[in-house]
Amino acid sequence: MLKGTVHKYGANVDTDAIIPARYLNVSDPAELANHCMEDIDEDFVKRVKRGDIMMAATNFGCGSSREHAPLAIKAAEISCIIAKSFARIFFRNAINIGLPLLECDQAVDKTEAGDTLEVDLSNGRIKNLTNGMEFEAKAYPDFMAELISAGGLVEYTKKRLDSRRV
Amino acid sequence: MTLVEKILAEHSDNKGVSPGEFINVRVDLVMSNDITAPIAIREFKRLGVDRVFDPGKVVMVPDHFVPNKDIASAEQAKLMREFAHEQGIIYFELGEMGIEHVLLPEQGLVLPGEVVIGADSHTCTYGALGAFATGMGSTDIAMAMATGDIWMKVPHTIRLVYHGNLGEWVGGKDLILHTIGDIGVDGALYSAIEFTGEAIEALSMDGRFTMANMAIEAGAKAGIFGVDNKTQLYVKSRAERSYLVYEPDNGAEYSNVIEYDVSDIEPQVALPHSPANARPVSQVGNIEINQAVIGSCTNGRIEDMRIAAQILKGRKIHPGVRCIIIPGSQQVYLDALAEGMLGVFIRAGAVVSTPTCGPCLGGHMGVLADGERCVSTTNRNFVGRMGSTKAEVYLANPAVAAASAVMGKIASPEEIL
Repeated sequence: MLKGTVHKYGANVDTDAIIPARYLNVSDPAELANHCMEDIDEDFVKRVKRGDIMMAATNFGCGSSREHAPLAIKAAEISCIIAKSFARIFFRNAINIGLPLLECDQAVDKTEAGDTLEVDLSNGRIKNLTNGMEFEAKAYPDFMAELISAGGLVEYTKKRLDSRRV
Repeated sequence: MTLVEKILAEHSDNKGVSPGEFINVRVDLVMSNDITAPIAIREFKRLGVDRVFDPGKVVMVPDHFVPNKDIASAEQAKLMREFAHEQGIIYFELGEMGIEHVLLPEQGLVLPGEVVIGADSHTCTYGALGAFATGMGSTDIAMAMATGDIWMKVPHTIRLVYHGNLGEWVGGKDLILHTIGDIGVDGALYSAIEFTGEAIEALSMDGRFTMANMAIEAGAKAGIFGVDNKTQLYVKSRAERSYLVYEPDNGAEYSNVIEYDVSDIEPQVALPHSPANARPVSQVGNIEINQAVIGSCTNGRIEDMRIAAQILKGRKIHPGVRCIIIPGSQQVYLDALAEGMLGVFIRAGAVVSTPTCGPCLGGHMGVLADGERCVSTTNRNFVGRMGSTKAEVYLANPAVAAASAVMGKIASPEEIL
């Protein structure tokens, strides 16, 4: 069970906003995390606490394919992202590196920045502890659930390669 | 099946595939660059595999921060170079390199009917050749480098039909900006776009590359064109292996069909800070600019250079404007030289750079300061994209960018000719 404070953003947050290209001359997640969201939310890095939850409207993570974006968010110790929809490359990248994403329109509409949420990743249930409302995120397709439970794409691929060798 | 479904079915050994289905797809080429390769290499090593699946199908291109802009980017380029040499994969060093999406088609590395994945969102550019090409992240690319395949969810296909004749100074950039302005930056989210219609048939290959390139700006997984005589002509002199041409079935199912009449479309300008803020250049108003950039994976090809040269010939860049022109590859650079364009640019007061992504993503070679405005033939005008978060980027075609550089404000080519 995840529990954390919400940092909320609007629609079409692009990966240049999540991690500006001027910091892409390094790929160390901890260094990237120091600049996470800085162009649209200067205080995010100071404010964020371990386990906090990021929330946004539609098309979160659009633009560049840079995996540095979910890496920076994960290294900033965000526990999961809830949005109405995600840009597809960001979606793949986040799942691949084990950063949980949930799609849920109502949760986004009925949650304010600063609210506290409790999220059960096993069934997609989201509880807003600030206003008492409960929501259910879209279920993952079976394949995606398998990928997530394997621990991300590298672990999933390791298993695949092992089974080929047998 | 749609064009995309046919290619994906063939590459997953399925008789047919349907939107929403998860499949494992064989890839014909796996690409990464100096920003995305370092993470891909790290993940590849974590997998514990020694060699890439096929060195002839893995390519790395240093193009974003090269020639290296600082020590950190030099370290990343070095890491990539060493891995490339150790694995014997396809690699283009400075002097041979170009912007990846200009370079790979030019070198015959992407052919019709193929599946290409790249750790760069503008990998969708190769859809202009009738290939299925899509951007992914570094981990996806790393796994495909090891196994030669990758999971995909079959996308729905949106069919965009363009009727009518293109006006003067109107090209692929204007059609795609107009389209994104219409459907929005998530108008094709999780979908593929099939571009078709008589206006598309009339479009040059360079114009098609520009359109396919920006399919991602509508959220699309891919933007694909049918193969015609122009495609065959482009590919014939470059291909060193055979390829297959696919066509969509007559009864193919599309999630949406949108028809445009292009006859009245003017050159388009996308205002800050979204590619969807597109409007006709005549409606932009008086916007003074400090910089004009002509180049990038979107508009750094020879046709783009020719259009810029046509406008800049015998004219001077406005004293308040820095004009930066970046041919997209060494071949484009050489062709521009042979055709006398470099002299035209330099005499006009522009600077001409070696190929690099440079300013497009605020890397180097033209980063913007607070309050500055730039008209650019690149693909994104997000907050902070080209430097300061207080700078503004206006996206346009090369004719508008060149005319604006001369006028000192956003201008239509018709205003100076």
